[in-house]
Amino acid sequence: MSSVIIYTIVSLSATGAVSAVILYLVAQRFKVFEDPRIDLVEDALPAANCGGCGYTGCRNFAEACVKSDNLSGLFCPVGGNETMSKVAAILGMEAVSQDAQVAVVRCSGSYNKRPRINIYDGPPSCAIQSGIYSGDTGCAYGCLGHGDCVKACEFDAIHMDRTTGLPVVTDEKCTACNACVIACPKNIIELRKKNKKDRKIFVSCINEEKGAIAKKSCEVACIGCGKCVKVCKFDAITLENYLAYIDAVKCTLCRKCVTECPTNSILEINMPPRKSQDGTDSLVNAEIVENV
Amino acid sequence: MLKTFRKGGIHPEENKITAGKPIVDLPVPPVVILPTLQHIGTPATVLVKKGDKVKTGQMIAAGEGFIAANVHSSVTGTVTRVDKFTDASGYKRMAIEIGTGADEWMDDIDTGPGLVREISISIPEIMVRIWDKGIVGMGGATFPTHVKMAFPRGKKASILIINGAECEPYITADHSLMLEKGEEILIGIRIIMDALGVEKAIVGVENNKYDGIENLRKFSDKYPGISIQGLKVKYPQGSEKHLIKSLLGREVPSGGLPIDIGTVIFNIGTMYAVYEAVQKNKPLISRIVTVTGKSLKYPSNFRVRIGTPVSELIKAAGGLPENANKIIAGGPMMGKALNTLEVPVTKGMSGLLVLDDVESGRKPVQNCIRCSRCVSVCPMGIEPYLIMAMVEKEKCEFLDDCHINDCMECGSCSYICPANRPLLDYIRLGKTKLKKRKQALKEAE
Repeated sequence: MSSVIIYTIVSLSATGAVSAVILYLVAQRFKVFEDPRIDLVEDALPAANCGGCGYTGCRNFAEACVKSDNLSGLFCPVGGNETMSKVAAILGMEAVSQDAQVAVVRCSGSYNKRPRINIYDGPPSCAIQSGIYSGDTGCAYGCLGHGDCVKACEFDAIHMDRTTGLPVVTDEKCTACNACVIACPKNIIELRKKNKKDRKIFVSCINEEKGAIAKKSCEVACIGCGKCVKVCKFDAITLENYLAYIDAVKCTLCRKCVTECPTNSILEINMPPRKSQDGTDSLVNAEIVENV
Repeated sequence: MLKTFRKGGIHPEENKITAGKPIVDLPVPPVVILPTLQHIGTPATVLVKKGDKVKTGQMIAAGEGFIAANVHSSVTGTVTRVDKFTDASGYKRMAIEIGTGADEWMDDIDTGPGLVREISISIPEIMVRIWDKGIVGMGGATFPTHVKMAFPRGKKASILIINGAECEPYITADHSLMLEKGEEILIGIRIIMDALGVEKAIVGVENNKYDGIENLRKFSDKYPGISIQGLKVKYPQGSEKHLIKSLLGREVPSGGLPIDIGTVIFNIGTMYAVYEAVQKNKPLISRIVTVTGKSLKYPSNFRVRIGTPVSELIKAAGGLPENANKIIAGGPMMGKALNTLEVPVTKGMSGLLVLDDVESGRKPVQNCIRCSRCVSVCPMGIEPYLIMAMVEKEKCEFLDDCHINDCMECGSCSYICPANRPLLDYIRLGKTKLKKRKQALKEAE
């Protein structure tokens, strides 16, 4: 009886020992070398796995950082400059700093500004609706309001405003990961330079129609009149296809264009109150802020 | 004996209100809008500018590139605008607007009512004529006919199939052609048979058009090689793959074309257009449009100049009824809802359907209970509920394995779903997502 137990123990131990030797030899032979810095870099990253850097997940980004010779073109929008300098320190490279960015919704066509001319009763998805037709308003460029951008956001930074039917970005939460920009089938959302105290001035319209047609479909459309271009001293505004665009880098937030715009399509957000010369100015701005 | 295909298919209410009604010529409208892209392929290049005088039948835009078709003026008048116009889906497309005057046709067009039986021109001339006159598939897909007739190298057609199924409910444009232009259609088929060197042609017509079948059979003795075959009524029998399956029992391979199994297939309306182009030298400038709807006062089959605004057709049919809720270009199954009534009739518009609020409304969407009725009606044998789930969950990498690109968007799945799920909408979305994904992968390499 006992001999069976001894025999079993001995044979099993022998098999185990032989297997261990074989496994060790095989492991040595087919060893996969992994740069230990990849783990270090991955730990430094925010682990959001949002894909904002252009790579699938933080691990892939870490690998790309370790493999490349310099960090140009590699940037984690979620972590920002702080994270990138940490990564640079680990890898002994120079960090390329980038301006912080924030997503901006360039459409002000709320329910009362942009009349609905037909009823869409299909599935509530912007991608599906834009595949079928231009939308339920006269504006073929405007927001469809089903919230594909809200579904795409991993950071809960964008939500729909029920009263206007437009998405609103929470600047503190937005990491500029680009997910909503990709999700929007109308290309309304843009990443713009983040200013102090989240101040921003931008043309909240992407309608490239001629002025009269654009105005007919939406009260707050950019009609391409060019008044803002003339008033801007810093050459920050360009006019193309009947649409003004403010370069966020050149813009000094002087706000001259905002008062000049006849359709109130240029928005100012989080700006301090104006020193009002006459009553009308502040009234106009109050209306715009409410609209957003 | 009546034939049909076996796998899948549905039987929607036929509602062919305008069946047997005569074709009525709609007067020339005061203004026509002619889009440069009325076919599948690249848009035609505009040849005229604002202020030019054009005659009826004059070429105003030339199709350049392999898959393209010429566009001809459908009226006599002055070009008033060459600009981007809103199309049926609300987006802007290039089009030519012409203000009409007295109707004056090009000199080389035979406008007489006489029937021309003799085919007097040679085969290469036939091919050139069909290309020159801007003939495209009139069934709705608007694939340029001359491109379809130029087979890939090494391929040869042995049987010509003519699609007279007209399986969409409501639409009777082809039916009315069969009744009134039976012999012209057969001459058109004969022309194509000669041009392609095909000995045998089969016309497939669904049995709800028995008078059309009889009318075609009356003339078919005079044209050897052409046989008329009745088909059981079943949607989507007008799809080329399913018509071939019904008539010949052969299956077009996944991702393949009918020419891969030695057949080539044209629509009845295309045959009439070919007859007019080859025998009468007339370009494709008018077509039959069924204007229909249960609440319309005078639903009819109109012969309409291409480019006529849709509002003119509605006016001729007795105006828009009060309970009208949705206007569809094409049939109820595959047609597209219109955004505005100012869009023009194009080469591929077979019908105009006015639906009231009861018919058009979408019902509330419920959860999928895996009853698999969509699978049993899918004529392509794919699983719509599965594809929809994949698209909703953003699992685009599995869509190719689900054979999403086999879907021909017939809408049988959405029609049959007891939970009113928008299956087709999601399949369409999946197709674009898959395309984007493949493009991204290609760029990454």
